Amino acid sequence: MPTTAPAAHALGDVTASDSTLRRFLHGLPGVDTVGLEARAASLGTRSIKTTAKAYAIDLAISMVDLTTLEGADTPGKVRALGAKAVHPDPTDRTTPTAAAVCVYPDMVATAKEAVAGSGVKVASVATAFPAGRAALDVKLADVRDAVAAGADEVDMVIDRGAFLAGNYMKVYDEIVAVKETCGTSARLKVIFETGELSTYDNIRRASWLGMLAGADFIKTSTGKVAVNATPANTLLMLEAVRDFRAQTGVQVGVKPAGGIRTSKDAIKFLVLVNETAGEDWLDNHWFRFGASSLLNDLLMQRQKLATGRYSGPDYVTVD
Amino acid sequence: MSDRLNVLKTYKLYVGGKFPRSESGRVYEVTTATSAAGAAGKGKWLANAPLASRKDARDAVVAARKAFGPWSGATAYNRGQILYRVAEMLEGRKEQFVREVAEAEGLSKSKAAVQVDAAIDRWVWYAGWTDKIAQVVGGGNPVAGPFFNLSTPEPTGVVVVLAPQESSFLGLVSVVAPVIATGNTAIVVTSEKSPLPALSLGEVLATSDLPGGVVNVLSGRTAEIATPLAAHQDVNAIDLAGADDVLAKELEIAAADNLKRVLRPQPVDYAETPGIERMTAFLETKTVWHPTGSLGASGSSY
Repeated sequence: MPTTAPAAHALGDVTASDSTLRRFLHGLPGVDTVGLEARAASLGTRSIKTTAKAYAIDLAISMVDLTTLEGADTPGKVRALGAKAVHPDPTDRTTPTAAAVCVYPDMVATAKEAVAGSGVKVASVATAFPAGRAALDVKLADVRDAVAAGADEVDMVIDRGAFLAGNYMKVYDEIVAVKETCGTSARLKVIFETGELSTYDNIRRASWLGMLAGADFIKTSTGKVAVNATPANTLLMLEAVRDFRAQTGVQVGVKPAGGIRTSKDAIKFLVLVNETAGEDWLDNHWFRFGASSLLNDLLMQRQKLATGRYSGPDYVTVD
Repeated sequence: MSDRLNVLKTYKLYVGGKFPRSESGRVYEVTTATSAAGAAGKGKWLANAPLASRKDARDAVVAARKAFGPWSGATAYNRGQILYRVAEMLEGRKEQFVREVAEAEGLSKSKAAVQVDAAIDRWVWYAGWTDKIAQVVGGGNPVAGPFFNLSTPEPTGVVVVLAPQESSFLGLVSVVAPVIATGNTAIVVTSEKSPLPALSLGEVLATSDLPGGVVNVLSGRTAEIATPLAAHQDVNAIDLAGADDVLAKELEIAAADNLKRVLRPQPVDYAETPGIERMTAFLETKTVWHPTGSLGASGSSY
């Protein structure tokens, strides 16, 4: 179901003004809801077994952004999370490391210390996460803090209020400003909070808006609302990044977050990636899972494949 | 008078309070006992029972683990009430169980009725034990110091029960009831040849206030289901009542890996009064020390 967006030469000036941006976003083809959900469901029925499963589990582990975003986060908890990201399964050192740990800006320095020298990145949410209801200055200061503390990646939230009110230019300008603040040292992930955008058409528009503004990653959700990442909305975003690269040559990553708890779910998402965006995205530079409990299930499945016996929650850490 | 079409029953597994078919989609044919009285009753098809796979076993462990916290945390009195309720529900469906046991074991109606009555009485018996077992196997210990020392029996956790192969209902009840009476949760692998009374028991349990997942019933090839369960790292104990000598040895070796409690198969006459051995087999004794001393003004030494 490729999206036939307007010709590539048009992309240069779609952001020239509010009205051209609106015309472009509203000119994107509507989403066939039934078709999208059916396609996502049918790709979820693939049977992935034995060696393919082992590959998928290791790949999924290497894609996990191990996340803790609680008011009750302590330096000790962040250090424990960092240790887990570096050695997800201490009893089996062949286990790949997680992609990153994802924390609040004030915990970045602690996290950075905990994963030093391991290649595990530190991602920080910013811009008044999770609501994004703050003045731009406050949001940018939030981002500067995170980057100054050494964050390798910044997860920003868009202003859903402005987006839903049709004020696309405001959302665009904010993303551009945050991108500038990140500079070259941090990759920018843009969170749309798809559960609050209410329609698939809006998710498609938000995806294009984010990519036009320079996002390095587009991310489904904060994990703080009822509806988080679903196969359907992730499929839609994967189509968007595929079409965006086809038109502009720029590759953008995708990160579903929240609600992915089992290996089975994670593998379904990997099938979506492979079948929609293609193999180029099957790498933790371009695809991530925002999750915390998922890693334990992946580790239990990995132990099962290695030993032939089912593992249990007694053999992984309690987060 | 027109002949009415038979309404055939679809027997299903009982896992986590729900009645799924086997994940594998497989079934196997269950027939009457070959020793059934009367030539006409020999090897007659009864029903298709689900042939559970190791994935069903894994799902059952997840359900049993989830149910363990609330069930072991419920008061002993409450567990007793629920088990008594099971007996009440069984009483109401006695006719069905008498028929199923008669067909499964090749007994006459009256002999089967004796078995079913005994099984219902056994539920009542174990229902009474829930709040008494702690007094029998626990209690205050005399110690040489200013301490109060107390031992209490605690449930072991998730217990796999291989139900006896021959006694399809009385034997089944005699191994399941003691496990859950003390607060464990159970995964029951039914008799391979005669699973129907066990699958019907699942329907009774579902309507007896027993929380879903406390008892999970799997039918199929005992060896196929029991092998992954014996090796499962999240299972705490296994009762090998329904395993033959060869299988029992294999399972005991697999169970050693995470130090499961193992109850070896032994010859049992299920008609006898059972004693408390099957309850104590899946209890662990927890001993705690409380400091005592002269009471303060508030009436407490703390």
